[in-house]
Amino acid sequence: MSYGRAGTSEVRETRTGERRVTLTVNGERRVVEVEPRLLLAHLLREGLSLRGTHLGCDTTNCGACTVLLDGEPVKSCTMLAVQADGHEVTTVEGLGTPGELDPVQEGFSREHGLQCGFCTAGMMLTARALLDRVPDPSEEDVRWALSGNLCRCTGYQNIVKAVLWAADQERTS
Amino acid sequence: MYPSRFRYEAPHSLDEARSLLAQYGDEAKVLAGGQSLVPLLKLRFAAPELLVDINGVPGLGHHRVEAGVLRVGALCRHVDLERSSVLARHPLVASAAPLIADPIVRNRGTLVGSLCHADPQGDWASVLLALGGHVVAEGPHGRRPIPMAEFTLGPFQNALRPGEIAVEAVAPAPRGQVSGRYLKLERRVGDFATVGVAVALETDGDRVVRAGIALTGVGPHTIAATAAEQALVGRPLTAATVEEAAQLAAEASRPKGDHRGSVAYKRHVVATFVRRGLARTDLEAVA
Ligand SMILES: Cc1cc2nc3c(=O)[nH]c(=O)nc-3n(C[C@H](O)[C@H](O)[C@H](O)COP(=O)(O)OP(=O)(O)OC[C@H]3O[C@@H](n4cnc5c(N)ncnc54)[C@H](O)[C@@H]3O)c2cc1C
Ligand code: FES
Ligand code: FES
Repeated sequence: MSYGRAGTSEVRETRTGERRVTLTVNGERRVVEVEPRLLLAHLLREGLSLRGTHLGCDTTNCGACTVLLDGEPVKSCTMLAVQADGHEVTTVEGLGTPGELDPVQEGFSREHGLQCGFCTAGMMLTARALLDRVPDPSEEDVRWALSGNLCRCTGYQNIVKAVLWAADQERTS
Repeated sequence: MYPSRFRYEAPHSLDEARSLLAQYGDEAKVLAGGQSLVPLLKLRFAAPELLVDINGVPGLGHHRVEAGVLRVGALCRHVDLERSSVLARHPLVASAAPLIADPIVRNRGTLVGSLCHADPQGDWASVLLALGGHVVAEGPHGRRPIPMAEFTLGPFQNALRPGEIAVEAVAPAPRGQVSGRYLKLERRVGDFATVGVAVALETDGDRVVRAGIALTGVGPHTIAATAAEQALVGRPLTAATVEEAAQLAAEASRPKGDHRGSVAYKRHVVATFVRRGLARTDLEAVA
């Protein structure tokens, strides 16, 4: 595989079978050459060094690898990188910056929404998508929306609190 | 886990998709939501030479009701049905959508892909079977409807011929008053059904005009509970007819005892779900 930023000449010759893919990752246009069998999770982690996206089960069950595709949560271990051609991908690195956290990130920090942190990136991205669609979710809405993201540590209580905190914060600020 | 190597094409028209499929025959696979196929590719249970990604094909994302008939395009995701506002006369479909897999899988997975995948544990096959629906296939020799009852040939085997693509699933227009729903017992979100029961009911007053009852997870394949359906049609919906249907459906089930429950337990759940599925809040007798 080879990876480059749009508009540069970094993109190398296409090896047999490799495909050129143009996608937007965290607001930045990227042009990459990938084998069709490369999974989106691996493109992000290894190709683009965005290691905030975690691989948990690698069998489409846990949601740790969740990223946003055009704003909707998808399991990046269950999508080919070539399928992201022409689309926008948001990973946890695109959610906020250390200086300016997304309210969801701040909520997780304040309400202790994580322990080991392995599930956290996926949780926060799913939560972000929920709040973009439903700014005033009930606790039941939050639990329902997060039901595809598994956490082995927290028992979910503080995760739900974190998301409700963020919702509240966004409505009142 | 990496899939083995394959060629990938993402056609922008149905014609292009069809000709790729015709060219590669058995060696090609359609990629829709990928929520069943990609896991299989990763486990190398599937290793097609060519993947035809239909996500860029226009005109397949719809679901709409025309003259009462529900048409669900090949790219209509589970989530589109979950959030739909046109399913008032298709309560079985509306109630099944939020029970498929988990919310993230529902963002990608499709109803038509699920039918094609033909997993004996799949929920949509029961829904379409209970509705008396069909799949519309397009291939080198044109379009043909395949009744749902004939679409699944066996576990993970559908009736599409090499070169054919499923473009739509269709549920006929219900008559009279419509009720029924999908009931599913699962151990946790994202699990397949321990027991799933699809009930579609059409009534004229209290008389049953049409009944569709299909069972998920309680046999080697989706089961049409035909005797239960026949016990209802043409008769009034009373506590007695409902009970008869519930027992006949339980008898039609062929569950295996496993960690999810014993044979007797699963049969019991089938009967309970049929009773609940047939319950109409406006008819006291069934309450
Ligand atoms: C964690 C998890 C939990 C799940 N739980 C459930 C559940 O509870 N109930 C349930 O019913 N399902 C469940 N599923 C399966 C899910 O519903 C899938 O979305 C569905 O089975 C396949 O749809 P798809 O669009 O993703 O198809 P794909 O994965 O893209 O394709 C599946 C198969 O169908 C073929 N195919 C797809 N579309 C077409 C077409 N238009 N024409 C011809 N062939 C086609 C493909 O070639 C492939 O062989 C679950 C999946 C996961 C990962
Ligand atoms: S790593 Fe993708 S769902 Fe678990
Ligand atoms: S914090 Fe450890 S898995 Fe969720």
